[in-house]
Amino acid sequence: MSTEPRPRVGVVVFPGSNDDRDAALALEGLGAEAILVWHGDDELPDLGAVVLPGGFSYGDYLRCGAIARFSPAMRAVADFAANGGLVLGICNGFQVLCEAGLLPGALRPNMSLAFVCRDVAVRVERTDTPFTSRCETSQELTIPVKHGEGCYFADEELLAELEASGQVVLRYREDDNPNGSIDGIAGVANAEGNVFGLMPHPEHAVDSLLGSTDGALVLGSLLDAVRDRALATA
Amino acid sequence: MRVSVLVRPKPGILDPQGEAVEASLRHLGFAVDDARVGRLVDLEVDASDAASAREQVERMCAELLANPLIESYEIELPEGS
Repeated sequence: MSTEPRPRVGVVVFPGSNDDRDAALALEGLGAEAILVWHGDDELPDLGAVVLPGGFSYGDYLRCGAIARFSPAMRAVADFAANGGLVLGICNGFQVLCEAGLLPGALRPNMSLAFVCRDVAVRVERTDTPFTSRCETSQELTIPVKHGEGCYFADEELLAELEASGQVVLRYREDDNPNGSIDGIAGVANAEGNVFGLMPHPEHAVDSLLGSTDGALVLGSLLDAVRDRALATA
Repeated sequence: MRVSVLVRPKPGILDPQGEAVEASLRHLGFAVDDARVGRLVDLEVDASDAASAREQVERMCAELLANPLIESYEIELPEGS
């Protein structure tokens, strides 16, 4: 049994978040100490990483994620990210990060206009990120999506920039794009590489009873990165 | 001052809502094309003149009401103001 401290990961709870506890449970199962952070808190505790969970923050009024970015906790998360802190946004968390300008692009209603809730196949495009280091190049992961507005959009110029700088980390398999995302983009990172958002839910794929454990590769990579950083600064 | 903001999906942005509305209208027998669905925000703005109201609403659009990557907006002020 290792005695090294468990990586501390904050999970922000917005009004309307509904995957916050699932994310915390999945992280704890992988060896983290998950700490729920209330959206009204304007300071983060001492954390190695922050997760913005899925759900419908602030009712998803106006545009998904548009209101959540004004919460005190998000200002703290923006500062955390600006200082190089690791931030993972899942589904609604991805939408919040895009609206907050911490990630490029925007998420639009699914092309089908239908809410999609099923497993999808995503291909790992980059393994040299703090969020995919446990994956193999081009590895295909099975992770569920459940969203109505997950159609990733970037205009031509931005898209070229993202591709050139290798910020597209996850892509839906060509025949399995659930929402019409441009170029099949399922997950993108910021230019610095410390902020990452994806529509699929890794926290719902950490137990073989639920059909897949591939989500653990994403969350486990994040925990590895937190541990590595702690060692580097120790 | 009463101000209206019209928010539209930018040209070229896929608008599945507009497509669904268009398909339904055609189903009803209307000969329509290129339907786009946006958003209308009516506001009561505390401003002494139109220029100041417009300036405030421009900032509201930039900061919250529209996402510049995917949406355009148009500000309508009362006639004669």
